[in-house]
Amino acid sequence: MKNSINQMMLDRLADAAREGRISRRSFMHYSMAAGVTASAATGLWGTAANAEPKRGGTFRLAQHDGNSGDSHDPGLYESNAEINLAHTFRAFLTQINTDQSLGADVATEWSATPDASEWTFKLNPAATFHSGAKVTAEDVVASMNFHRGEQSTSAAKSLLAGVTDIVADDEHTVTFKMESGNADLPWLMTDYHLVILPRNEDGTANWKSGDGCGPYKLDSWEPGVNASLTRHEEWHGEGAYFDAVEITYVNDPNARQTALVTGDADATSMIENKTMALLERRPDITVINVPSAQAVTWPMFCDTAPFDNVDVRNAIKLSVNRQELIDKIAFGAATMANDFHHSPAMPYWPDDIPQREYDPEQARALLKKAGMENLSVEISTADSITSGAVDSAVLYSEHAKASGINMTVKREPNDGYYSDVWLKKPWCMVQWGARPTPDVMYSLAYKDDAAWNESHWQNEEFNKLLRQAKAELDDTLRAEMYRDMAILAKDDGGTVIPFFPNFVYAISKKVGTTGEYAASWHMDGYRAASRWWFNS
Amino acid sequence: MGDILGLVAKRLGLGLVILLVISVIIFFMVELLPGDIAEAVLGQGATEENVRNLREQMGLNDPALVRYFDWLKGAVMLDFGRSIVTQETVMSVIGERFRNTLFLATYAAVIAVPFAIVLGVIVALLRNSVFDRVANVLTLTSISSPEFFLGYILILYFSVKWSMFPAIASLSDGMSFLDLLERTFLPALTLVLVVTAHMMRMTRAAIINLLASPYIEMAKLKGTPPWKVIVRHALPNAWAPIINVVALNLAYLITGVVLVEVVFVYPGIGQALVDAVSKRDFPVVQACCLIFAATFILLNLAADVGAILTNPRLRHPK
Repeated sequence: MKNSINQMMLDRLADAAREGRISRRSFMHYSMAAGVTASAATGLWGTAANAEPKRGGTFRLAQHDGNSGDSHDPGLYESNAEINLAHTFRAFLTQINTDQSLGADVATEWSATPDASEWTFKLNPAATFHSGAKVTAEDVVASMNFHRGEQSTSAAKSLLAGVTDIVADDEHTVTFKMESGNADLPWLMTDYHLVILPRNEDGTANWKSGDGCGPYKLDSWEPGVNASLTRHEEWHGEGAYFDAVEITYVNDPNARQTALVTGDADATSMIENKTMALLERRPDITVINVPSAQAVTWPMFCDTAPFDNVDVRNAIKLSVNRQELIDKIAFGAATMANDFHHSPAMPYWPDDIPQREYDPEQARALLKKAGMENLSVEISTADSITSGAVDSAVLYSEHAKASGINMTVKREPNDGYYSDVWLKKPWCMVQWGARPTPDVMYSLAYKDDAAWNESHWQNEEFNKLLRQAKAELDDTLRAEMYRDMAILAKDDGGTVIPFFPNFVYAISKKVGTTGEYAASWHMDGYRAASRWWFNS
Repeated sequence: MGDILGLVAKRLGLGLVILLVISVIIFFMVELLPGDIAEAVLGQGATEENVRNLREQMGLNDPALVRYFDWLKGAVMLDFGRSIVTQETVMSVIGERFRNTLFLATYAAVIAVPFAIVLGVIVALLRNSVFDRVANVLTLTSISSPEFFLGYILILYFSVKWSMFPAIASLSDGMSFLDLLERTFLPALTLVLVVTAHMMRMTRAAIINLLASPYIEMAKLKGTPPWKVIVRHALPNAWAPIINVVALNLAYLITGVVLVEVVFVYPGIGQALVDAVSKRDFPVVQACCLIFAATFILLNLAADVGAILTNPRLRHPK
């Protein structure tokens, strides 16, 4: 009897896996609960979920954040529409796999000198531009140099600031030379700005032509309206099962959902959290909910009263009920954070640091110790930061009342928020896009001398570890350092991070996926077009 | 006829002056927006050096007055310059979209204007009947609901529940004209619902107003059937106010449809304008606003000319 129940459960699990409703991790978990051994469960996952991808069909995607000002200039890439298109018709040196590990794209392998100050990338000799030209080391050099140098307007300039020279060793080998070691360089190459472009005769990169070496060729593109692409038969990667891809830019969340429901689209990026549960009830639609490395931070100036007292900072961190914020503001589609800017979707995430809970008692005690009972603080926020930003500040201020903190919510204008409020007001809310590694994130906004050290935090040990970890090639040692840094940020830092918002998007059941999704962007790290397929 | 041509010429000249004033107002309003074009383009991740380089490239370092007159010089020759954000010519950014907007407006107008006027005549004929009340309540309800709400209701029934029309009005090259009409039916219908009430009620009011006149009494007394009284005798004298309201609504169909465009994902000019404002893409904003202003001026002119042509007293002034 028990066996048949187990069998029924397993069948259901297998169905769920095939339709991509559960992740590999949950599949293994439930299978083992149903009495299957780990190795058998692994095999089962393979047969259940990896339904053979089929070639063919036109993949119709409803994409958010399309603007008529979108451009092909990779230095100015900013909107989700541009980033999605970049991953569909252009290629990068490396990519983030569906299991969040680092994988090959145009580069097949990479290695560093022991001090990590020189990285050599071997290129895939099969990589070809849509025009028919082979991708050479010279193209890669031109593409990277586009973001460097005095005259560059690229937003990725700071990312490559440590690079002193990029040379083509031979036709398929490129070496990056840096002023100091950086173990993260291969990860940085997944950054959405760093696309591989064909080279002009004068050695500059040609971004204007719309040529690329990605899985699909761009047939037509009207910014903010639509894009149509067909498969690039000479593509160097595995996948690109769809014959063609039609992207329609649909900025209204309701229209995106309707397009999916009526069958005008096969997939849609960014579903509104508040309608997620309703959409999940439809039998023909799968909602995909992926923990991400995006964050909304609440940085306090560590050198400005009252935040210059670490007890006050920790009292404030203790005064938020994170679960309630996740339930009410993010409708459950978020991953709880622990006041360090390192999400489970990033490599080296330390999973054993105790979660800071909502504890008004302890907060009161800390405030008393600091002699700051009846503390009054002001949080600056604006609706444009993220959906529900102002509401979450109001909810936080209600939680903080229990700790005796009087928190006023100051609503700032949306326009110019990042030039007039961020880095100017002692406590505000900030939206951060996903960054590939903890080093990039910490160097950008937590390092002592970073221009965007948004919390004015100075911690000698943290900065020492940051510099050490940057050049450390031993992954175990590195993970330990990031763990120590996370604890320092959590207990001494000035940034409250209640949660990391998830990526929520939806697909039709007609679309097959691997069941795992890269957490770097929406739509499987925006590689849906090359990774997914039609089931029938 | 000569008088009318003279009037048209005079009004066109006046229209140009108004356009000039509008261009000045728009220019300095955009200047007043907080934030900076280079910062808006580069986003949150911009460094000071990036912003400086980009400002240089965009020519934003010249004083506002110099930039205004440079632009004005081009605009006179119908060259609106290049988009600051994409470096494409403004005409290539908005030309196609303006055609789309005109198409949708024409589609909606072709349905709405005859529908509203015929309905107006019928309710005037059957005034204070149940039909009159129902027509009034329905059209007033549709004009009082926000456009996006009407759009969603239409989508809910016509696409989701009954699968009759597509919910997304995205256009692609090589569509046949019939496909095009089917694709854009729901947005056109939304616009029809929004503009019908105004025109219908004006028709009704103008006609009922005239029904108290002695010459209508005369027509009735000589035994003319009621529908003929209205169509032959009342309507010709009611044209002037009706034409004015029609012109106003046509202008609205061109300039006020951003929400409908967003709901139905229709690539019209409204969406381009909103994008341009958020990116501070001044040449595009200026061009869009000028097009809108010109639309209003031209349609008003057409309304005045129409009113004169339908009124013999105005046609032959003493």
